[in-house]
Amino acid sequence: MPTFVYMTRCDGCGHCVDICPSDIMHIDKTTRRAYNIEPNMCWECYSCVKACPQNAIDVRGYADFAPLGHSVRVLREEAKATISWRLRFRDGREKNFVSPIRTTPWGSIKGPAEYAAPAPEDFAKQELAHEPEALNISGGLPALRRDQLKVGVV
Amino acid sequence: MGLFGGRKTVFVDADILVIGGGMAGCGATYESRYWGRDLKIVCVEKANIERSGAVAQGLYAINCYMGMQWGENQPEDHVRYARNDLMGLVREDLGYDIARHVDSSVHKFEEWGLPIMKDPKTGRYLREGKWQIMIHGESYKPIVAEAARKAASEVCNRIMVSHLLMDKTKANRVAGAVGFNVRTGDFHVFRAKAVIVSAGGASHIFQPRAVGEGMGRTWYAPWSSGSAYALPIQVGAKMTQMENRIVLTRFKDGYGPVGAYFLHLKTYTQNGYGEEYESKWYDDTRALVGDYIDRHPVPTCLRNHALIKEVAAGRGPIRMVTKEAFQDPHKETVGWENFLGMTIGQAVVWASQNIDPKHINPELTTSEPYVMGSHATCSGAWASGPEDYAPAEYQWGYNRMMTVDGLFGAGDTIGGTAHKFSSGSFTEGRIAAKAAVKYVNDMGKAQPQVSEQEYRDLEKVIYQPLENYRVGRNEIVAGTVSPSYLLPLHGLQRLEKIMDEYVGGTSTNYMTNGVLLNRGLELLAMLKEDMDRMGAEDLHQLQRTWELHHRILASESVTHHTLFREETRWPGYYYRGDHMKLDDEKWHCFTLSRYDRNTGKWAMEKAPVYHIID
Repeated sequence: MPTFVYMTRCDGCGHCVDICPSDIMHIDKTTRRAYNIEPNMCWECYSCVKACPQNAIDVRGYADFAPLGHSVRVLREEAKATISWRLRFRDGREKNFVSPIRTTPWGSIKGPAEYAAPAPEDFAKQELAHEPEALNISGGLPALRRDQLKVGVV
Repeated sequence: MGLFGGRKTVFVDADILVIGGGMAGCGATYESRYWGRDLKIVCVEKANIERSGAVAQGLYAINCYMGMQWGENQPEDHVRYARNDLMGLVREDLGYDIARHVDSSVHKFEEWGLPIMKDPKTGRYLREGKWQIMIHGESYKPIVAEAARKAASEVCNRIMVSHLLMDKTKANRVAGAVGFNVRTGDFHVFRAKAVIVSAGGASHIFQPRAVGEGMGRTWYAPWSSGSAYALPIQVGAKMTQMENRIVLTRFKDGYGPVGAYFLHLKTYTQNGYGEEYESKWYDDTRALVGDYIDRHPVPTCLRNHALIKEVAAGRGPIRMVTKEAFQDPHKETVGWENFLGMTIGQAVVWASQNIDPKHINPELTTSEPYVMGSHATCSGAWASGPEDYAPAEYQWGYNRMMTVDGLFGAGDTIGGTAHKFSSGSFTEGRIAAKAAVKYVNDMGKAQPQVSEQEYRDLEKVIYQPLENYRVGRNEIVAGTVSPSYLLPLHGLQRLEKIMDEYVGGTSTNYMTNGVLLNRGLELLAMLKEDMDRMGAEDLHQLQRTWELHHRILASESVTHHTLFREETRWPGYYYRGDHMKLDDEKWHCFTLSRYDRNTGKWAMEKAPVYHIID
């Protein structure tokens, strides 16, 4: 159905509502818990599944082509910087995978204003922020000459 | 909520307004701050930039990286590759510009914490193919969003921008945008000196192969609603190559990617009888496109063409031969993690159908068409090129400025620049932002002048569907059928059916012709008229309604461009049955369109293609 929410686990915190790129996780007014209001606009992107602090959200594959009995569960642990997957096939076979998700602490990115400000004459050049150094090449930013571009069929 | 009941108008003033916080928008936001230290930089996004855009669920590869530091590729090489893949027609000035900068973006991603895989022997980034490097990219978007948040003065999440605003004192100059908060319903008026459109391309304009619950499992994200095109089109920006829709060969139903399978795992395809089939269609393809079939690598559309023909000849399904490669445990892990990193739905499909590629060769299919500007396709706005070398016909001011003053674009928005993918889109955002800062600095003290009349008129139009529903709902007992209004899903399904049947979707095997296209335009015109009678039950449906408006305008553009180009340039993406051959004599050119919002008319023209000729 793509995503669905287990009644006994959801506490209505709304993290899924906040993160869903498709705006389809909403809070049900009667039960005060989240549910998928528009399964046919769900990409199975798992953004809500990963964001749920209660592990209350799961996915049941699209009914038009996914037979029942499967499961693809995920645990995203920011502190450990890993993501762990457990796949269960319809026939019961299982596969497990773990991958890293980040090599630096969360929040550690240096903002662009923390670098020295560019000089006024840098606006007339083609280099972008941190260039040419960040290209890690000698000879500076590559460029074409105007006469290299010609009309024709190649 | 009634038409004006309790709604606030929120004014946001910005020097630079970035519309759409995906990869291109995050790049634009970051770079705007680097160059514009004292400027007010606002990024507006209809979802939440932490997980928005096409990279929301992650990526397992960065498909555009030169590797200049190791002498792997030079920018010219990438231009030749993209030109070849798009059958000769790309904006080489723009493509070169992205290629020369893209490595610095990728190096920043790594510094920020994106895990990039390394070749244990050389210590270099692990190559999936000539242009692709492999990453553990589950958090690619959260990492890039963190950089953008540190750069922005303000990030406005959950605001759907529906229209751009034009300056009331200066013709053909942008002055801001309007939209609504999908949570509170508040009306937002953005006044900006420069606007960068970095919104998404278009899924769901052609009917998907899955029309039930699985309609959401499109190849491109269902939230990519063509705003990249509709926003500039509405204000008269010229568009290019909108006929160049893309059809993807992908694993069946989940649309899981095949790049790593072909390039890294060395799997290959065969027909339902276990035979190689591509070479069988060599003569057929050569008769359509001449020696373009002899180029290497074989253009994406032509490989599609062979698959489509083989299936139509009754020898499907096409399968990917995975059983050999997957005996290697490392390759098996890569094969699965590839999906879990970017197309989880494919893993769900395989788990549900007991497809273990170690034991079963999985089926492939060709998708419904999509319109976007960053993959193996290049629809989008006609933009000014780089100052240092772009030919005069491609250069009218600031880099990546469209044909509307102060209106810049990046990512799916900009046409002619295929194969930029995530890293190139981010990079193009950076390029556009530096130019936009320059534009703002050059403006000096002049302020954008928005017309109150214009945004109040738009406010009425934007919220009208809520009123239509409130009034019309009282006429009927219950249910979804009303004589007075259509719901957004009704309109979407009509659009998808028109595009599918008349403009070259899956049900006609991607075939269309002039007669069909003209009939399609008539039906689209009626759909546009019906859009005045849309009903929205709540703010979510109001968002869907405006996404549908954007999709319809993008579709109309696609149809006009397809009609204008009287040839079949990309067999395998679509066919003009009345002009089945590639015609370099008449059509080695770009197609340009301009929409007049006052008359609703489209003006078409050709523009020359400049190539790097050494």
